[in-house]
This record gives sequence, structure tokens and C-alpha cells, in this order.
Amino acid sequence: MNARDDNGAGRPAERLRAGDDPVTAPASAGAKKLGGVAGWVDDRLGPAKGVNYLMKKVFPDHWSFMLGEIAMYSMIICLLTGVFLTFWFVPSAGHTVYEGSYVPLQGVGMSEAYASSLRISFDIKGGLLIRQMHHWAALMFTVALSAHMLRVFFTGAFRKPRELNWVIGCILSMLALVEGFAGYSLPDDLLSGTGLRAAEGFMQSAPVIGSYLAYALFDGPFPGEAIIPRLYGIHVLLLPALLVGLFTAHIVMVAVQKHTQYPGPGRTNNNVVGFPVMPVYAAKAGGFFFIVFGFLALLSATVQINAIWVYGPYDPSPVTAGSQPDWYMGFADGALRLLPGWLEFSAFGYTLSLNVAIGALLLIPVMYGLMAAYPFIEAWVTGDKREHHLLDRPRNHPTRTALGVAAMTFYGVLMFAAANDIMAIKLRMSINDITYFFRAATFVLPVIAFWATRRVCLSLQRADRNLVLHGRETGRIVRTADGQFFEAHEPLDEYTRWKLVQQEPLQPLELTTGVDAHGVQSPTARGDRLRARLSRFYFADVVQPVTPAELAAAHHDGHEHEAIEGAETPAITAGERH
Amino acid sequence: MNALAARRRHPAAILILLLLGLVLTGGAYAALAPKPANATEASADQVEWGRQLFLTNCATCHGKNGLGTPVGPNLAGVGAASVDFQMGTARMPLAEPGVQAPRGSEVTFSDEEIAAIAAWVASLAPGPAIPDAEQTDWSKGDPGVGGEIFRVNCAMCHNSAGAGGALTKGKYAPAVTDVEAKHIIEAMLTGPQSMPVFNDANISAESKRDVIAYLKTMQEEGNPGGMALGSLGPVPEGLVVWIFGLGILVGAAYWLGQKGA
Amino acid sequence: MSLDNSTGSSTIRLDEGHHVGDGGLPERFVNPGLPPHVHRMADESEKAAKRAERQVASLFMLSIIGTLIFLVSYFAFGVEHRTWVPGLGTVSTSNLLLGIGLGLGLLGIGLGAVHWAKTLMPDAEVVEERHPMRSSDADRHAFAQTMRGGGEQSQMFRRPLIKATLGGALGLFSVPLLLQLVGSLGPLPKNELSLTMWNGKPDGHGGYIPYGSALADRPRLVTDPEAMPIRASDVTIGSVFHIMPEGLLPNPVTGEDGLEHGVLEEKGKAAVLLMRLDPKDFKDTEGGRKALEWGYQGIVAYSKICTHVGCPVGLYERTTHHLLCPCHQSTFDVTDDCRVIFGPAKRPLPQLRIDVDDEGYLVATQPFREAVGPSFWERG
Repeated sequence: MNARDDNGAGRPAERLRAGDDPVTAPASAGAKKLGGVAGWVDDRLGPAKGVNYLMKKVFPDHWSFMLGEIAMYSMIICLLTGVFLTFWFVPSAGHTVYEGSYVPLQGVGMSEAYASSLRISFDIKGGLLIRQMHHWAALMFTVALSAHMLRVFFTGAFRKPRELNWVIGCILSMLALVEGFAGYSLPDDLLSGTGLRAAEGFMQSAPVIGSYLAYALFDGPFPGEAIIPRLYGIHVLLLPALLVGLFTAHIVMVAVQKHTQYPGPGRTNNNVVGFPVMPVYAAKAGGFFFIVFGFLALLSATVQINAIWVYGPYDPSPVTAGSQPDWYMGFADGALRLLPGWLEFSAFGYTLSLNVAIGALLLIPVMYGLMAAYPFIEAWVTGDKREHHLLDRPRNHPTRTALGVAAMTFYGVLMFAAANDIMAIKLRMSINDITYFFRAATFVLPVIAFWATRRVCLSLQRADRNLVLHGRETGRIVRTADGQFFEAHEPLDEYTRWKLVQQEPLQPLELTTGVDAHGVQSPTARGDRLRARLSRFYFADVVQPVTPAELAAAHHDGHEHEAIEGAETPAITAGERH
Repeated sequence: MNALAARRRHPAAILILLLLGLVLTGGAYAALAPKPANATEASADQVEWGRQLFLTNCATCHGKNGLGTPVGPNLAGVGAASVDFQMGTARMPLAEPGVQAPRGSEVTFSDEEIAAIAAWVASLAPGPAIPDAEQTDWSKGDPGVGGEIFRVNCAMCHNSAGAGGALTKGKYAPAVTDVEAKHIIEAMLTGPQSMPVFNDANISAESKRDVIAYLKTMQEEGNPGGMALGSLGPVPEGLVVWIFGLGILVGAAYWLGQKGA
Repeated sequence: MSLDNSTGSSTIRLDEGHHVGDGGLPERFVNPGLPPHVHRMADESEKAAKRAERQVASLFMLSIIGTLIFLVSYFAFGVEHRTWVPGLGTVSTSNLLLGIGLGLGLLGIGLGAVHWAKTLMPDAEVVEERHPMRSSDADRHAFAQTMRGGGEQSQMFRRPLIKATLGGALGLFSVPLLLQLVGSLGPLPKNELSLTMWNGKPDGHGGYIPYGSALADRPRLVTDPEAMPIRASDVTIGSVFHIMPEGLLPNPVTGEDGLEHGVLEEKGKAAVLLMRLDPKDFKDTEGGRKALEWGYQGIVAYSKICTHVGCPVGLYERTTHHLLCPCHQSTFDVTDDCRVIFGPAKRPLPQLRIDVDDEGYLVATQPFREAVGPSFWERG
């Protein structure tokens, strides 16, 4: 601790870092060699300027900014382990008899796809580890990208100029679902085959073209021999190419637009405060890749995932209790469990199965459509055309936050409904009661969630205001000379305060009369009225940040209403006021 | 030798001896035990003892003559197998009324008592007998064939790993792991509670043994990939990845973003 | 809450709504700028820096050890080796150790690098300025100029013939590709979804050669997967049999061959569940009476393929006579012709009409009257 007395310049860390400076430090032999290679490349392609710019790019530090990185790394791990799996997996529905080392399935007829998946799991050294890492990483990918999307939504990071990137993110997320489902279907075990069986039923429910669609996808009657190789092509080539391509665009756009940052002292809409790529971010982000990779390896070493050998080979006659898709398809499966049968209609010899089509064919495009459209809807309602690089604290946008929580609740109800049978046995409840509950909850819980979230946000905003106006409770009770008690409050320092007062005051749009000076109805009057109504819905009772004038008044008026009961007249010592 | 002598007085030695004794007696019993009594071999004394036991323990629900009451089913024709299953897995006597009788944790009747009651119930009307050692010796079964039979006939309720599954209105198919071979066969023969009957014309005695062989070899294989999460499929896997996966990695991200000390 | 005016002489009162910019104060707070930088221990003491260095180095050492664990375990344990581990159960030794080795190998690097960045690399935040995303007006103008100029130079606007034909060509060029894909992906379904192997023997081209109408020519109901024919007398009350049509599966006892091709496809449509109920259990409804009539002495056969999305509906509750689908919980009442009593399915399971042939075996006297499985538009 004595080092504190050092006068700055000679601090040890400074000395340690001195050697890091490439310009002033004498280059070691190794660095010279690197310089040589870099020089050779630069002579031909001239990347020095661009790469130098990239290496100096600044990224703000916050744990929630790493959610997208978890997704990115999980995707890379999927690509890597996936390549390994392709060396042994045989994407064929051709018939074979299992002769591998897993005793309970010896002599059983199955597809080559399933037999090769078993071979990977039981006869290839380390194969099971790679398979489990692939599956855990896939689940981690979808979890992390969902969490990342929630972070972006609740902090308003999708606002101008990032609407396009939000749309790309939505597409990436949807493709990830399809990619996951394709992968889940490839091993051709009883569980994945049952999933495909249901998928075939989904296709058939499409109005008019259903049976044609199903026959086209499966090349004839279900299951056929085409679906495994087709899904394989989609899973290892088409979708990864799309995912990687869109993901690259996603990342390039982040670099071009620079990362958003949370509000705080020194952070403005016109700067980025953080750490440069070289060396800090390179070490942190690079290190984090290894952390994610290592964690997934440990998880795969200790927790079994998708024990395909337990399910047995696919056959349309048997089925297993607890047939569920992986979690990210749970919401669609849950919707199918909740939709009532009366939504199927028959007339004039034709059948329209809305009980299936709504959950299986409409839900995903509609959900992602709404998600992708949201930034544009909000921008229209708020009429805000400015660029935003500072994030919102979720509480400062109560209606958006409440809408998000309501949507999450809706999604969550559907997702948990897909586990109704597991809940029934684990919670010893009736599966019918659980299903009825979820049916009601689909409509009721999002409304409650919306209302409650909005109340909580507004309360948090008021709490922020109180904190700024009256300072932090110190827990110190002060007794005045004439016997009164009150709790001493300590005013916030300006840096802490800034976080609580920095947000822009939000006001609903005023409704113009809709009639111009000549008494002519404006052509946009109806749209304007809707917009004004929506704007009131968004901002009507929003709590405004404290202004300097209000703070001054609060200081002036003192702490009387914070005082402990019994204080009849305000009597504050000067010291407590400031 | 010296080392052994030195450790003879170790406290764990008693435990080990005790265990050894138990294992030996158990093994000897398994090897030498008489075949379980069935209806034809039962002596009149045994039947009478069984009737006495039945009157004190079962008659309240099943009636004095075992012909059933509004709260308990008629037992004529259910056979010794049914009694051995219900009492041997501690489902009966029923602890409390409910949608279905759960498997009990402790069998309160001795094997002889259960055999006596079974003999008396079997004397009411012919029914499935308790399977003999030949039928339950699964080492003679073919697990591959048994697996196919299990998946078609059993997995839809009991889950392909035998972990159990949900039925309607709070009923459920229990887990079939850790169930004695004898009891599994008895359940197939008698169709306890919601379970349908799988008589020998449906699944032959030999095939039943194959099913047991499948279940037991599957259990022997363990869960090579690590924790099995209850063998309940994607639901627990999703929970693990949301709670532990996201939790731990967000924790790491939080640590990464914190200013160093 | 009452504020005594005599103590606060200010013109601003907190209970009078939101105030901005009174009394010469700015309208909003001003960003105070970055807070002063606080040094870390390693910045201030050589000892702490050394300690951090050692910590980072040990983490990297951990990584090396992890890699060694992986290498050793790869050669030391075969894939068939199993170990009982508390909390995990009987697991593959190789999977466990390889995973732990790899995991430590990676985690060591990751944790080390991050710890290094946190303790020893500079931790003073850097500020980078942003610029509006929009290009300058001059650039935008120049771009528009280039594009318009290109259009002019190509004479596109002056030559409507070229413009129209190019538009047409560009609009149509994808059609052949789409046609190839859509046209060749799969065959047309024709009426295949409405026919099953209960209609006749598969002809290998999606059609079926009908069975004769005499009882002896009708397909027998055989067990799945053992392909044994079933005597009605063997189906005791409370039994459930999983059924396939005769000729689909090979019978190891009689040596009969099953289908050579399309086994799974036929199974997916022809799977049937056979149950015997006490005839008194059937409901006295139109459906219940029909069910009994199409059955044989209380033995009834229904398609096992769910009318919702096609999972096998195999969960038969002997006591309630309900059939439950494990995928989406559609529940069918067998005593009332498999009417849907719960869940997302709409239509009852189609019944297979059965009888007994001269030898006492169960046969299907007619095929399903309607398409089995999930609904589709033209199913009728």
C-alpha cells in the first residue's frame, strides 16, 4: 500500500506496460519477424491502416453486451464440432442392422443415420463428447441469442440507426430455430422421428396445398428416404451459410455503427467510452471464447444430452412418453397442445385445420414479423427520427418494457405448456388441469404482466426521483436540540446522480386538430389520431427526470417529510441541508 | 497378513463384515429359496392363514370374501400375480385414497405373508400365477428383441428409458427402472390400475423375458454421457441450459466486465 | 407531506408538478464527465502486480494440465470403460475425462487471458468520438449523380424496348429454377393419404391391390412387432394389442417375409390399436353402438395414428377406456367411438371393422372408411 505514495510516473504497472508500445519499444527478434510477415502482407494488400483502425476500436464494457458474444461463440463451437460430426455421420435412411457395441440395440434394424449416430456415441473415441458439445452448444446458442435479443429490446438498442441490424438479428434467430430443428431430426431416433412425424402433420394442415407440400418435402409418403439427406444438406450447408453470412453482416454493422453504451458520467450520444481492442478487448473477448468453449466441454463431460440410444430407432408405430422438441421449439409445440380442436372446420368436402395451422404454420412467421416490425412501429409512434447510441434504462421506458414483458410472458406460457406432461408427473398434478390453466394463462397472464411491469417501472422511476431529490438514506438518526428525530440523508455525488437524471423527458405527441386553416380535413387525420392515442399509451403517465430546479427546491424545503414521526416543526441543521 | 490383522479392529471392519454377511445370505437365499407358491401348490393351511391376514388387512375395502366393495375392486380372478405385485411393491395396502395407488417405499408384509394372501386370493378364481425363476431369468432374454417390444407396447406410457409418464387427470405410468423382473411381468399379466393387460398370447412369456433383458441391460449401460437428468428428454435439458448454462456464462461475463481490484 | 411555506421561501414547490429551468438554473443536469480514474492494486504495488502475474501463469498452467489429462485419457481408456461417479451415475470414463481435460485446457486459457486483461492491461477507459451515420450531402449528391449518369449513359430511359424486355427477362429468369425445385421435389400425393395397407397389398407404386371379399381373403390382424395373428379368444377384457396388417412385418415363426420396401411408410398409416372392453361399457350413443357393431364381442380396432398431427396414440387406460396421445394430449373415448374428449384433435380416430375368420383369427372386413392421421385440405 506504500506504493500509493509514488508520484504516478514511476508506477510499476506503467513500467510493465512501457514495453507494450510498438512504436517506441525496441522490437525483439520475434516482433521483427512478425513485422516482416505483416510487412509482406501489407506490401501486397495494404491492410495496415484498416487493421490498425480496427485494433484501436473502442468497445464499452458491460456484462449484458457479452450475451451476443456467448451466442457467437456457441455458434462457432457448433460449426467446429459439427465439422467433426460430419466425418462419421451417414445421412442416409437406408436400412441396416446394428452391430455396434451398445448391447441393448444389437441386432436391431435401423437407418444408417441412426446407426452412425450410435457409432459416434459408442465406438468413436471422444465422439460422444463432440456430439454432446454440439448439442449443448446449439442449445446455448439459442438461449444466448434470445437473451441477447431481450437485452437489445429492453434497452432500446434497436432504435435508429440500428433497425436494420435488429431485423437481421430477428432473421438469424428464426433461422437458428430451423437449423436446430433440422439437427434434432438428423439422428433418426424415435424422438426426432416423432418430431418429423408431427412436422409432416403441420405441412398437411396448410390450406389447399397441404398434402402437396408434405409430399414435396418428404418426396412421397412419410417418412420416406429423402428427408434425412435433405435435412442434412439444409443443416450443414444451406442454413450455416445463411447464418454465417447474416451474422457477418450483423457484426460488420456493429463495427460500422459502433457499439451502443449505457448512460453514465462521461458517456454521451456522440462518443463511445470503453476499452480498445488491442490489447484489452482482444484479451477479454478472446479469453471469453475459451471460457464458453471450456464451459461447454465441462458440461458435456458431466451432463448427458439427448441420449439417442435410449429412444431406439425411428418407427412410426412406437412413441415415447415425454415427446418434446428442444426448448426453442417448445413455444410452437405448446401452442399446438393448447389450441382447441374446434378450430378444425369441414365444409363442402374440404378440411381446414386451424387447430394445427395456427400453432404450426402461422405462429413463427407472425411472431418474428411483429418482432422485426417493432422498431418501425415505435419510431412512428414516438415520431423520433434521431440517432440513438445511448441505451435506455428499461424503467425509463415503462410501456416498451411492459410490452416486452407481456410478450415474454405469452411466449413463456406457450413454452411451459409444451412441458405439461413432465409437470404432471413431477408436480403430481392433472395434465388436464395444467392444460386448462395454460389455456387461460395465454390470455390472462400477459395482460397482468403488462400492467404489473408498467407499475413497477413507474415506481422505480419515482424511487429514482426520490433518491436524487432527497439523497441516500444513511441509517443515521439525528436528534435535534429540541428533541426531534430524523434520519440523515446524504446527497448523491454528481456521477451517481447523473445516471438517474440523464434520460430525456418523454412527452406524448400532441394531437393536431386534423383540420387545416381552411377547414379541410387533413388526409392523415385518422392516422394522426391513432398515433396520438398510441403516443399517450406510451408516455401518458411517464415519470420525468429530476431537473436542477427541482433538486434545488428539494434542498431548500429540506427533509421534513422524511423526518421521523413526532417531528412537529421542521428544524434542520445547516449541515444536513447540503 | 500383518496389515490385515492391524485393520481387523478398524470400525469399518464391522460394517464390511455385516455387508458381507448380508450379501452372502441374500445370495444363498436367492439360490436356494423355494419357488414362490402358486395356486396349485398352496397348502390348505397357507390358504387359511392368507384368509386370516386378508380379513384383518384388506377386507375393509375388498370385502370379507374379496368380492369387492364400492371402494375396492373384486379380487376374484386377479390371481396370485396381482397380489404379489400390489403388495410386493407396497402399493397395497393403500395408504390413502387417490387417483391411483403409488408405489410404496417400504413393504410392510413378509414374503410369506404376501404368499399366503396370494394363495387365498388365487383360490377364489383362477388367475395369473406368480412367474417362476425361469421366466424372470433375463440373462436368457434377447435385449434387442425386447427393446422393440418395449418401444411398441410400453414406451408410450412408461417412456423409452422407463422413466414414467403422464396419463389423464393426474394418473401416471410409474417408472419401471429399479423394479424387480418378477413385478414387471406380474404387471403385464394383471394390468394393475390404468394399465392394460398383456397376456401371454399378446406378448409371449419369452418375449416378456426379452423386455426385462432390455430394461436391465439398458440400466447396466448406465448413462455414459453424464448426469441423466431423470431421462425425461429435452425439458430438463432446456432447464439446465437456461439456468446453469446462461447463469454461469453471465456470471463469467459479469466478472469479465467488473473493474479489477 | 404538508410543507410549511414559512420554512422554504423558494418559489418552487415539489407538490406542484414538474419544474424545468426556474430560478436561473439550467433546464437539465449537465453530464459531469468521466469520474476520476481509480488505480488498481497491481497499478500501485509491484507485489500485487507480481501476484497477478503468478495467478495468470497458474491459470495457463491449469490449461496445460487439462490438455495433458485429455491426451493421457485418450490413450488410457477405451470407449467401453464405465465408472461410477457420485452424482453422475455410471458414466463413460473416456467421455468424462476427455471432457474435463478439454474443458480445463480451454477454461485455463480463457480465465487466464481475462484475468490478465483485468489486472495488468490498461484499465483507463478510452473515449472514441462518434460521427453521424449519414454521408455528407456532397457525397450523397455525387452518388445520385453517378447512378443517374450511368442510367443516362446506358440510354436505358430512352430505349423503352430494352427496358421492357430486360424487366421481363429479369422477372422470369428465376422461374425455371423454381419450377425445377417445386416440380421435382416430390410426387403428387394423389389419393395415397387416404389408402392404407388395409385396402390391399402395396403394388410398389403407391397403389394397393385390393384383397378379396371372402373372410379367408381378408387381411389378418397381427401383433406389432412379432407379426403373430390373434385369436379373438386370446384378447381378454382389458387387453390392448398393437396391430399391423398381415404381410407388412416378417414373421420369424412362420418364416413369412414382410414388405421389402416401404415398411415404415405403410406402418405410418396402417398402425392399429386393438382393445377388448366389456360390451356393457360402450356408451349407448350412435357412435358407441356403431363401435360395438364394427367390433367383435367388445373387441374394437382403431387407427393408432392421431388425427391431430399423426403421433401414435398408444396410451390406453384400461379403467377409463380413454386413449391419450403422448405428443399433444388429445384424449379419445373408446366407449364412444373414440370421440375426442380433450386436447387439440378434432376428429375421432377412424375405426377398423373387424370379424373372425374360420380359424378364429381376427381379420379386417373392410379398410378404413376415411383417411387416417392428420387432417389435410382435400381429405373430405
